[in-house]
Amino acid sequence: MSDNTKNLIEGRTGMWEVVLGLEVHAQVISKAKLFSGAATAFGAEPNSQVSLVDAAFPGMLPVINEICVEQAVRTGLGLNAEINLKSVFDRKNYFYADLPAGYQISQYTQPIVGKGTIILDLPDGSRREVGITRLHLEQDAGKSLHDQHPSKSYIDLNRAGVALMEIVSEPDMRSSDEAAAYLKKLRSILRYLGTCDGNMDEGSMRCDVNVSVRKPGDPYGTRCEIKNVNSIRYVAQAIEHEARRQIEIIEDGGTIKQETRLYDPNRGETRPMRSKEEAHDYRYFPDPDLLPLILEQSFVDGIKAGLPELPDAKHERFVKEFGLSDYDAGVLVAERETAAFYEQAAKGRDPKLTANWVISELFGLLNKEGKTITESPISAAQLGELVGLIQDNTISGRIAKEVFAAMLETGKSAPAIVEEKGLRQVTDTGAIDAAIDDILAKNADKVAEYRGGKDKLFGFFVGQVMKATGGKANPAMLNERLKAKLQG
Amino acid sequence: MSLDTKAVAHIATLARIRVPEQDLAGLAKELNGIMTWVEQLNEVDTTGVEPMTGVEQRGLPQRPDVVNDGAMPDKILANAPEPAHGFFTVPKVVE
Repeated sequence: MSDNTKNLIEGRTGMWEVVLGLEVHAQVISKAKLFSGAATAFGAEPNSQVSLVDAAFPGMLPVINEICVEQAVRTGLGLNAEINLKSVFDRKNYFYADLPAGYQISQYTQPIVGKGTIILDLPDGSRREVGITRLHLEQDAGKSLHDQHPSKSYIDLNRAGVALMEIVSEPDMRSSDEAAAYLKKLRSILRYLGTCDGNMDEGSMRCDVNVSVRKPGDPYGTRCEIKNVNSIRYVAQAIEHEARRQIEIIEDGGTIKQETRLYDPNRGETRPMRSKEEAHDYRYFPDPDLLPLILEQSFVDGIKAGLPELPDAKHERFVKEFGLSDYDAGVLVAERETAAFYEQAAKGRDPKLTANWVISELFGLLNKEGKTITESPISAAQLGELVGLIQDNTISGRIAKEVFAAMLETGKSAPAIVEEKGLRQVTDTGAIDAAIDDILAKNADKVAEYRGGKDKLFGFFVGQVMKATGGKANPAMLNERLKAKLQG
Repeated sequence: MSLDTKAVAHIATLARIRVPEQDLAGLAKELNGIMTWVEQLNEVDTTGVEPMTGVEQRGLPQRPDVVNDGAMPDKILANAPEPAHGFFTVPKVVE
């Protein structure tokens, strides 16, 4: 954290350092809610996934969903964090129309997961460790729709009571790039673990950013919390704007008021949230409806034993085992599905060549078609076959691109296309020799020029022979035979 | 510990209870009486006793991850004063 000069922001009175901590709300993947048996699926009819517990009818008691507990522990282990064998549920009290009970069941002083770490992969290729303060389980609130009626807000409680993991980082980040890298890495880990789908569009991962500024070396400044920023791009933008706003206030002789703010991406500014102005007194107390959650060490160990290989470990293995560059490995491991696709395609093939094909050709195609790797029109096995054909010299890399396009168009396998179109590379010296002889005979004048010292004509001959063979001559063999014949 | 009228007004706001100005002093006295009564618990020596919030000592009962509830929007909305299109409605809350 000492070498941070590149992240500093210049103000009128000198350089400023931005200090960032993130609170991420990650929706737990489970069928039923945290404390009720109502469904969690996205996009259902309003209020159709609400139990009497979620709607806070009198006398209803919460019973915790064991899978949600397991998912929180799994996530904690994935973040190299301490698992607290005893944790406690508290009530966080506030009034809002989409919070039927008037309190949210959350965890305050004794969360299920304590301190952990996450390693950021930064755009310049460097890596940096950021501390995780805690992870706790809590209920989500319902959803308010403000644009359906001129004077009413509509409330849908389908989301009320769905399990969230609130994951809080240490104030360890110093730039919007680092905050973005944190979110990307966290999302990647959650997806590998299968504990949250990380979908920010559907709100299953939401982010609050704590922003403060200080002169380097000074103690932390007063922070503002920017609520519910719903994309990684907006998080970065909100940070830039908020840091600027704070620096200007301080440089004008003012002080920062600790408050909750909202980012407005249309206007490119943050503004205070009125509803939160005096709601900071949550009066937490232990929920008398819920006993402390006690876990057995064997339960935690069992989950640990079943953890999948996580992005950092996979990255390291791809570099070591397959000889990939850090960059390529990083690209391939970012999504679990991509890594699995690559490994399947690379099975028994040249791993570097396969990586090139996945990253340049396949990603290019998917990007163009707006598809994810799981929707790829070309399967891992099919791509592997194509790479195999390049590797064993059946086709050249150039022809392979043609085959790739045909695979996409016809859905046929690479070997079938190569046979059908007669694209097999010519490695038969007799055939190559014949083609060369033919070209040399037709261009006797140029052969004379070449022999007279005009070396550059070599490329011309290569091109002509390639053309004559439909691009199928093995390039290395062609070069070798051509050179011999021109000298002879 | 003692509550002044300002603290009582704050608590009333948090609880969304409207308390007329002239009632604050009386309420402060009542609340202080309750607190003094509860504070008698401080006379008990609890050194070495772990804080607890319930007398039940077994762990938290857990439930399998099964959807067996919900799917009754009509019942959920039965007591709502002005339901519309399957939603509860409330006076507009705008950020």
